[in-house]
Amino acid sequence: MTPFTALPNNTAAADDAAAPAYTSSELLAAVSCRYLQGTRRVFAGIGLPTLAVALAQKSTSPDIEQVYESGVCGAHPPRLPETIADASLATGAEAILTMPVLFGYVLQGGWIDVGFLGAAQIDRFGSLNSSVIGDWESPDVRLPGSGGAAEVMANSAEVFVVMRRHNPTSFVRELDFCTSPSPRIAREKDPLVPAQGRGVTTVISDLGVLKADETGELCLATVHEGVSAGQVIEATGWPLKVLPGLSVTPAPTAQELDLLRNEIDPGRVYLR
Amino acid sequence: MIQKQYSLQDAVAEFVKDGDTVALEGFTHLIPFAAGHEIIRQGRTGLTLVRMTPDIVADQLVGAGAVDKMIFAFTGNSSVGSLYAIRRAVEAGGPGSLALEEYSHYGLLARYQAGAAGIPFMPVRSYAGSSLPEVNPNLRKVASPFDPGVETYVVPALNPDVAIIHAQRADRHGNIQSWGILGPQQEAAFASKRTIALVEEIVPDEVIRSDPNRTAVPGFAVDAVVEVPYGAHPSFVQGYYDRDNTFYRSWSAISKNPERLEAWLQEWVHDTGDHAGYVAKLGPDFFAPLTPEPHLSTPVNYGSVR
Repeated sequence: MTPFTALPNNTAAADDAAAPAYTSSELLAAVSCRYLQGTRRVFAGIGLPTLAVALAQKSTSPDIEQVYESGVCGAHPPRLPETIADASLATGAEAILTMPVLFGYVLQGGWIDVGFLGAAQIDRFGSLNSSVIGDWESPDVRLPGSGGAAEVMANSAEVFVVMRRHNPTSFVRELDFCTSPSPRIAREKDPLVPAQGRGVTTVISDLGVLKADETGELCLATVHEGVSAGQVIEATGWPLKVLPGLSVTPAPTAQELDLLRNEIDPGRVYLR
Repeated sequence: MIQKQYSLQDAVAEFVKDGDTVALEGFTHLIPFAAGHEIIRQGRTGLTLVRMTPDIVADQLVGAGAVDKMIFAFTGNSSVGSLYAIRRAVEAGGPGSLALEEYSHYGLLARYQAGAAGIPFMPVRSYAGSSLPEVNPNLRKVASPFDPGVETYVVPALNPDVAIIHAQRADRHGNIQSWGILGPQQEAAFASKRTIALVEEIVPDEVIRSDPNRTAVPGFAVDAVVEVPYGAHPSFVQGYYDRDNTFYRSWSAISKNPERLEAWLQEWVHDTGDHAGYVAKLGPDFFAPLTPEPHLSTPVNYGSVR
């Protein structure tokens, strides 16, 4: 299985023995960017998704359309936005929609090809928790909450998730709370409510990339340089299946790193 | 002509009562911080704060003890830190803690829309399979009256006692114009029983009438219009001043320590007396680096009927 189409410059970088070292954030942004290739309209959350979309726009996917939950569509920011509702996203944008139009017509209307989210916890079938760790009434940790994540999950054609830390407390057998259910769970619990979208198809973590198989189960597709499949299985809270033809994620190229460091996030807002 | 121009002090005194449900809206952009501070100065308590994205102003209101309950969708300080007054109040649990009623963005927006439209509830394409309906009894499922065998989740209408919003400009009649990221202000204003609008400037009637499509809330839906320059600081007003990201980044350290938060509220809210005092304390040169270069839209031709 080929998890994604290798870019010509990836091949070049693979031949380059002196490829520069990179951080985990840089790897996550670069790998995420490659999966966005061919995506027309992406609904980007803040943080690493913002970086990945910016990188895609400057490299492989100049025509990618960015939609933000603040209502901005077709953003052409002169600098990296620090929030999804940054002044730099508004100035020069192709459209700024009202919230009923953005959530009601754009998202619920099914116009988004890829929703791009982060989460505190993810389960085997791609349900997400961004509400609480522990008990709802007296939580151990109060997380930000649903925000638009529930709508993005329920309405995008497919969803990518980027997770900064791959460990058994974030890749869990059972979520503490299900903020954004996978379509599989949605159909099981509420069979009469019409569902659209495939849910989470791709998870990019600091150890590797998981892809959904035909049943929607997230399975290991690639491991990052220096990571073994066993390590990822160990770090996952459910019995993680490995897809046939497991490969090693190509490292960020010199060009990707240069764009990220020097053009997209020189102030290290999201790159750490 | 009904008097609608108020001082911020008078508007809050007249329209915000203890125990009220207060919608304080603005989506990162146009957050009415000055009104939040005035509510703290006047010592309101027992408020139910409705806000799609409670951030620093909510943390300040909670830290000041003004809020008993928060109706919200996402709470946080963007990507730069936590809101510790809110976290302390929620994670404490038990009596005196902050009650939370959580929705998704569209769920809460749809509550405003139903409230504004005077209908009992609004269907949304969310919540199937989610844990949220288990902890929020307002998220219910109904059978479609039109399609046999089809169900949908619905949210109930929300009609806050008062909505407080911020915008670029208005006329003296309270016709409110805003641009840039619009947030749920229009929906909140129409849903609420009373509306206070803060604006950067009150302009002559002709300015508003030169671009009527720009009016987000017409004067009849506004009870008080208040000229409060820099009233959204540290958030931003498109075309007037940019977001004070330095302050956003500094907030976690302030709110993490209850004594430090208390001292901040004393120094910047109580001791400043009013918003003009707050702006004066920031200093005359403060906003210069936050002031954007002009970037004018091309005028549109509305034409003039002959």
